[in-house]
This record gives sequence, C-alpha cells and structure tokens, in this order.
Amino acid sequence: MTERRDTPEQAEFREYCRRWLEENRPPAPAFRMPVSAIEITGEEQRRYFSDWQRKCHAAGLVGADYPKEYGGGGHKGFQTVASQELGRSGAPFMMNVIGLSMAAPTILVHGTEAQKRRFLPPLLSCDEVWCQGFSEPGAGSDLASAQTAAVREGDNWIVDGHKVWTSLAHFADWMILLARTSRDDKYKGLTYFIAPIRGAKGVTVRPLVKMTGEAGFNEVLFDHVVIPDAQRLDEVGKGWTVAMTTLTYERGAAEGAGSGGGPSLEDQVQALIALAKRTPRAGATAWDDAVVRDKIARMAIRVEAMRQNARRARVETLTDHPMRIPLQSKVQLTELHQDLGALGVEIAGPHSTRYLGDEAAPDGGAWPHAYMNSYGMTIAAGSNEIQRNILGERVLGLAKSK
Amino acid sequence: MALSKDFGFGADEQLVRDQARRFLRDSVPADRLRSMVARDHHEAYESALQPAPWDEGVWKQMVELGWTALGVPEDAGGLGAKAILRATIAEEIGRVALPSPLPATLAATAVLRAAGASAALARIAAGEPVTLAVTPESGSWDPDDAGVAARGSGSDVSLHGRAAFVQDARKCRRLVVAARGPGGIGLHVVPIDAPGVTVAPDRIVDLTRDQATVAFDGVRVAPGDVAAPDGRGAAALRDALPEILTLLAADLCGAAEWQLQTTAEYARTRVQFERPIGFFQAVKHPLVNVMMAIDGARSLTYAAACAIDEDPADALRLARMAKAAASDAGAFASDRSVQLHGGIGFTWECDVHLWFKRQKHSEQLFGNAPVQRAELARMLASG
Repeated sequence: MTERRDTPEQAEFREYCRRWLEENRPPAPAFRMPVSAIEITGEEQRRYFSDWQRKCHAAGLVGADYPKEYGGGGHKGFQTVASQELGRSGAPFMMNVIGLSMAAPTILVHGTEAQKRRFLPPLLSCDEVWCQGFSEPGAGSDLASAQTAAVREGDNWIVDGHKVWTSLAHFADWMILLARTSRDDKYKGLTYFIAPIRGAKGVTVRPLVKMTGEAGFNEVLFDHVVIPDAQRLDEVGKGWTVAMTTLTYERGAAEGAGSGGGPSLEDQVQALIALAKRTPRAGATAWDDAVVRDKIARMAIRVEAMRQNARRARVETLTDHPMRIPLQSKVQLTELHQDLGALGVEIAGPHSTRYLGDEAAPDGGAWPHAYMNSYGMTIAAGSNEIQRNILGERVLGLAKSK
Repeated sequence: MALSKDFGFGADEQLVRDQARRFLRDSVPADRLRSMVARDHHEAYESALQPAPWDEGVWKQMVELGWTALGVPEDAGGLGAKAILRATIAEEIGRVALPSPLPATLAATAVLRAAGASAALARIAAGEPVTLAVTPESGSWDPDDAGVAARGSGSDVSLHGRAAFVQDARKCRRLVVAARGPGGIGLHVVPIDAPGVTVAPDRIVDLTRDQATVAFDGVRVAPGDVAAPDGRGAAALRDALPEILTLLAADLCGAAEWQLQTTAEYARTRVQFERPIGFFQAVKHPLVNVMMAIDGARSLTYAAACAIDEDPADALRLARMAKAAASDAGAFASDRSVQLHGGIGFTWECDVHLWFKRQKHSEQLFGNAPVQRAELARMLASG
C-alpha cells in the first residue's frame, strides 16, 4: 500500500523501507523496552539501541535527506517516509534523538564545512551520541538568562557552569552548549559551542530521576572545561540566533534528520478505541458509553487537524501570518500527547492503576506512564505558557508580558 | 492518487477569494450591518414580525460576480468551480456576518447537483435564491426523516405537511422540498409563492438570518419540478452532506476570525491598571487558544472541501470533523469575544453580539459538535 500523498519516488522508497524493516526488525530484547530514547539506561540498552540506529543509517532510513558528503542519503522528501514506516513497523526508536532532531539541523545551518564533515556522519550513525545544554537552574523558561560562562584563552574557551534537564548526557560524547561570553547584553552575550562530554576533564554528569521513576536526564557541571575555538558554532555573540534554529527544530516547526519510532498519533487514537472496546463497563464496554466515544472522537479530530495544519502551513495564500501555524505546533502536539494519555487512563478506569511491569496492566502500563511523561514535553523546549506568550505577542500583537 | 498539497487553491481561486474579501469588506462594514439588522432592539426582537433585512443590491452584485454559479456545473450554465473556492467564499460571508440568501442557495445547489436537477441549477446560476426545506419539526437531520408527504404520481403530485428550520426562507424564491412518497424520499422544487405554501417566520436569536417553518397544504408539483424521484432524494441529500457541512464550517471559521481579530484589537487598545489588557495572561492566553481552535477548524474545512472534489470517499469524515471543530471554535470565540470585551461586550451597542448570535445559529445547523462526533465515532470504529 502506498500513501496517497507520495510521489512515485517516495512510494518506491516506502516499499523499500517496509521490506527492509520486515526483514531486519530486531527481536524483542530481554530488558523491558524503555518508552523513548530519553529513558535508555545501562550498557546493555545503550548497545541495543545504538546498534539499531547504526543499522538503520546504513540502510538509508536515517539522515535520508542529508547530503552524502555528511553521511546522509542525499535525497529529498525521503525522511518523512522512513520515519512514518519506522513508526508503523513497531521497530525500536533511534537512540541519538537529540542529535538527530536538534544538533544535526543546527550544525547543517550554522556549522563550518569542517564541522559538518567532522560531526554529522558519526551523529547519524550513532557512533557519537549528543545531548543539549541550554537550561540551567536559574534559566528555564527565561532561557536567555543563562549564566554558564565561556572565557576566551588563546585558541580555547574555558567553561564554568551548571546545566540541567540534560537528556542522554550519561551516554553523550558531545553537547550543543549555550554559554555566556559577555555580560553586556542578555541576548548578544550568548555564544553557541560544541562541548566535549564523555571523558572530558572537568565535566561531571549527575543523573536526575523523573516523576515516572525512570532515570531520564541529568545535570551537567562544568569546572574549567576546555573547548577549542574550532568547536564554536557560528560567530561570537550569535548564540541566541543559533539557539533559535535549534528550538525551531525542537518545537517541531521543521523536520530534523528523523528520530523515527514510536506509534503515530493516528495509531494512538486506534489504540484508545481498542482499549475502550475491551474495557468492561456496567455490563457492556467503555466504548458503549457515548461520553467515551465523544472524547475519543475529539482526539481523532485534533490529530487530523494537526496533520491538516501542517499541510496548510505551506500554502501561503490560506494562512494569515507566516508564523501562526508553525508557532502553534509545539503547544498542540504536546497537549495532544498529554490528553491522549489522560484519556487512556480514564477509559481503563481501575485497570489504569497498574503500572509498567504489572502483567495485568492494559497495554503494559503505557497509559499512566505516557500521561505522566507528557509533562516533560509540555514543560520542555519553552513551557507551553511561554509559547502562548510568544503566539499572543508575535501573531496577535498583544503587549509583551515581560 | 496524490491529493493537492495546496487543497486545490490555486491562483484563479485566490483571485476570486481576494476579490470577494474586498467586495464584502467595502460593501458591508460592521456599521452598515448594524444599521441593517440591529438599529433598534425593539424592532429586532419585540415587534410582532421580526424583520429579515438584507441588501438586494449586494445580492445582485454577487450574482454578477458569479457567486451563485460557483456550484453549478458548466453544462447547466454554471462555472463548475472547485469546492475549496465555495468554502473560502462562505468563509468571507461569515467574516462579515452577511445577511444573505447565498449560504442557503449554495447548500441547495449542492443538493440539486447531487440530484442532477439541471433546470433548477440553471436558474440558480442566473441569480435565483433557493433554500432547502428538508427538515421535519423534530429537528432531525436524518435525510430519511421528512415532515412533508408527497401524494399521487406522474402529473398529479401534491405536497402535504411541514418543513422546519428553513434557512433564509424570506430571502429565497424557491424551495427544495424533501417529501416522503410511496416509493421513499423524493425532492421537489417549489416556488415560495405557490398556492398552498405558507411561510411562518420563526422568532430567532440570530439577527443576520431568517428562518421559517413552511406549511404545504396540497401544493401541486409540476412533473418538471421533481428534482429527485421517490426513493432517490435521501441519497442526493447524503451525497450533498459533506458540502453542506463544509460550507457551514467555513462560515463559522470566518466569523470566528472576525471575533478573534476584533477582540485582539480591543485587548491591544483597552487600558486598565496602566496597561493594555492584552498584557495580562488571563486575556492573552485565551485569545491564543481561540486562534488555535480556529486554525485547526480552518485546516479541516479546507481539507474537507478538497476531498469533495478529489477524494469523495473521505469527504464526509473530514466534513464532520470540520463542522465539529468549527462549531467548537465558533462557540469558544463567541464566549471569549463577549467576556474579554468586559461590560461593553454585554451591551447591544457593541458589535460582538451580532457575530455571537450568528455563531450560535450556525453551530446547530445540520448537527452541532456532539452530533458530529457521535457520527464520527461510528465511522472510526468501523473504518
């Protein structure tokens, strides 16, 4: 089956992806599957997931739209297809998710030729893992107030400071780092670096545990860490501009190198229907309850609206403001995930009290887990409250809240 | 088949839509609308007969611009335009909350097109306003439920009974009547002034429309005025449903955008506590939420319109989604537009109630949001 929206080349590539995934999907591991790359823990899991990404990259399913000289496939419009097929096949997700969705596009836009050739190929193949150093204990939603300092010393920069909520830092070789190089100006005092993590002198990585009970992210301490000037991304003082590129990709306004994996939103709606149909309720099933059907239909509508918004965002004559839809997508997507999780919990009723690892838990305890975990998304990458400020100010022209 | 990435909205469609936007903005600004429908609250709500004011001059110009011909196939003397163009025109009509028989006529056109009634379609293309009389007094939107019965056959057919919720009946010249005959539901085209037709206007909330209950007391139907014979009418109504829902969704989206922009303008200029009130997040964030609700509904509306032409099998699903989302967006925009205008928003003199009332009306037609979602759930479970 081809997608109705595919070009002939995409349709052929989709066929290839399906065949390849059927033949190469790895067997289920002995460990319990983490729900996303962020939750990967331990050496056994690291190896399992990095091997899988390496294999997918070699087969052309990762970095498909990246130039060949940087380790990509050199195609156009193939990554969406590969990501969709990865998602549908139920295959494991990509491990290097920060690298693929944030570091790679940022390096591609702002990096020097040497930086692109050095960093992109091992990023795509997962031979090197990436993390992101933006947030600090005192710089969350107000990201530009970051205080981690980089001071120039000859051909090097000396970094001191404290980053938090750093996913994958415990496996990372590199970090995209936003650091302060001047105190004269809040925004123009920031510069963007590629910082060494694993084995680097002066770097301490400490795990943080999420409300879901999983180790997911870390805090990273920098004590006189040396970064060569060749690992500065773009000009001194342009860190905020570069960070905006990263955030654009992080917030889903543009497509990265494809992190793949995970069920699609449409699949999650179908999973809700299946859950409702097998959950007993007053002598019938939850699906027989009109209120439940109404709530699931609301989800289906929001999922389709997101898809159609993405289609309309590219039709200038049917949009009133160029950033109106792109700036919404982070809010819409993360709240949709949250509400899907919450609805699964509600439909399962008493069965949703069972969590990951309980054999009787519906869908392996995924619903309460997804619901709790979704707060990471509504808070991260600029909390949704900040996103609403941005939308109100930039699109509707309302007075700045700051 | 690859669906149009641009919803089929090309340069030609853009030209007509932009012209429509300018024309409506210039000919029916808010103060003109107010002087037409809300000059006096006594006249609007308390007099024995609610007026149904509208501007026939504007209608004539719209006919000249070809808008009544948009849904009529070329072989019936129309323009055979794309559904996406009709949707964007309906959106512009909603934006200015225009009192006009055009929405009713476009809905009737969709039904007549599905029935293949070329004579009636040709009259519409030439400028005759027509409306649907297909709903029984129970308010059921099921095409198999008609409040009118057709008796007799051949050249001796007569209609008996009542059709309710007939939109803009007093602005239209002809009715498309769904009637149950011996062989099932048929469609009959009847002049509004035919002997035996009585139009009893409803007293309604919306000041920008009129609505009536129409009684048929032995109304004779000429053989040439049978648009769909017995047993074929319900299918035509069903085939036209995606377009009817899409046009209503478009009207809701256009009106909601007016509500959003008008309220945002108020939030930019109204000062309290030494700041424009849009500074406060209790005002700013709800307005952003309204915007997001409109955008989802608008994208679904365009997707449904595109599917009507390019993927008819999927059109009803998308149209139900669009009508549900647009009804919710219209309700939400209405709610916040009055509330965020504060005290003035509650008064007759503030324009926001005109759009509020139109939205409440549009929400209910052909199934409000919960009704659409109930139907959608059925489709989701079987699909």
